[in-house]
Amino acid sequence: MNTSRILYCHCAYAQVVPKEVKELVLKRLCAAGVAFEAVADLCEMSARRDPALKRLTEGGTLKIAACYPRAVKWLFEAAQAPLPAHGAEILNMRVQPADEVTEALLRPGLEPNLPAGKATRPSAAELPKTEVAA
Amino acid sequence: MTLKEQVTLRVVLYEGEGSQPLAAADQFAALTALLEKGFAVTRTGATGRVAPADRSPLLVLGSFSQGKAIQAEDASGTVPVRFADITGWDVARIVQTVESVREETQAARQGDWKPWFPVIDYDRCTNCMQCLSFCLFGVYGVSAEQKIQVQQNDNCKTNCPACSRVCPEAAIMFPKYKAGPINGDEVSDADLQREKMKVDISALLGGDVYSLLRQRSEKAKSRFSKERDSDKALNERKKCLVKLVEGGDIPPEVLMSLPSPEEIQRRAQEAMAKAQAALAGRAG
Ligand code: SF4
Ligand code: SF4
Repeated sequence: MNTSRILYCHCAYAQVVPKEVKELVLKRLCAAGVAFEAVADLCEMSARRDPALKRLTEGGTLKIAACYPRAVKWLFEAAQAPLPAHGAEILNMRVQPADEVTEALLRPGLEPNLPAGKATRPSAAELPKTEVAA
Repeated sequence: MTLKEQVTLRVVLYEGEGSQPLAAADQFAALTALLEKGFAVTRTGATGRVAPADRSPLLVLGSFSQGKAIQAEDASGTVPVRFADITGWDVARIVQTVESVREETQAARQGDWKPWFPVIDYDRCTNCMQCLSFCLFGVYGVSAEQKIQVQQNDNCKTNCPACSRVCPEAAIMFPKYKAGPINGDEVSDADLQREKMKVDISALLGGDVYSLLRQRSEKAKSRFSKERDSDKALNERKKCLVKLVEGGDIPPEVLMSLPSPEEIQRRAQEAMAKAQAALAGRAG
């Protein structure tokens, strides 16, 4: 059973998350019959220091469908509602397909992926050819 | 802009004891419409958990058996809880009801502003204060511990990512920006090299932005005094701003809303002084 709470961000005030991805993810969550939290726009909540962010981080592990993990981590921090360091898995609807996002949201278990520390990816020239292409 | 006093309405799409299940398509339609209007919705389900209650007013929507909403109340008596039986309602009626409960409970209105503001990655930030000395709109400030902070996020100019370009560590994100690493994507070595070059604002804009504006302003002033032609002075400023647009991806409308060159100079000096004081405070 999935014990992590699910949070879905609709990214309502910009077109940065592809519409078809967020729609499909939301549809599948509705069809799956699971409990989840849906918010209009995490960016707006963070900008307004919305106390609801605190409620969303409380009570155990969390899976979040939104955008880049680094952005999501610091949006929560900016609102003084830090995500649990080893208790959050962020799915990126800007780049991951809807199937992959939904599968990760609904599967049992958690793969925490909150970035930590000053990680810098090697530049393209230093990567093996196959990775560069991806 | 911050929600210090006001709360937001929490809408609950309820399925469980005392209610009939809602069709998935209806749930999707209702959720989409409410999210587009800026509401936060908790959807209960047969499995899974939802976030705990807080002091937000609650509006519980459901298809309640016999058209009668379940009875419940907040034990502490501090959280307003309302119920609505939405059996047979269309989406417009649901949204209208939620909106009127929001007004009644004096919960905050969402979505009036495109949330465009810088978000600092403190894993990368070295507290160098370049962003503070660069920003003319007072978005940045320092905490009591002399740590850089985004303090006035609604002063930020929509779609302008200029300050992220001056950060030597690529620590400033705008999550709604189109490309990485500004959108929060991982930072690569190549990005860092690029950002390092751009620390020198002159490299970014083909000349120090402030001195460029100053020079233009002086020229404009001398011409102004000779010709007494305020339109010319304005055109001069516009020309200068166009040049800045060509140098970076700063939207023209942002540059057009820049204050006068004199005011820019004043604000730049003020920001610089603030940054220097913060740096001196940390060193001391
Ligand atoms: S957190 Fe990401 S997905 Fe959510 S509103 Fe902000 S940019 Fe959009
Ligand atoms: S310019 Fe970048 S590294 Fe320097 S204080 Fe601002 S965010 Fe931090």
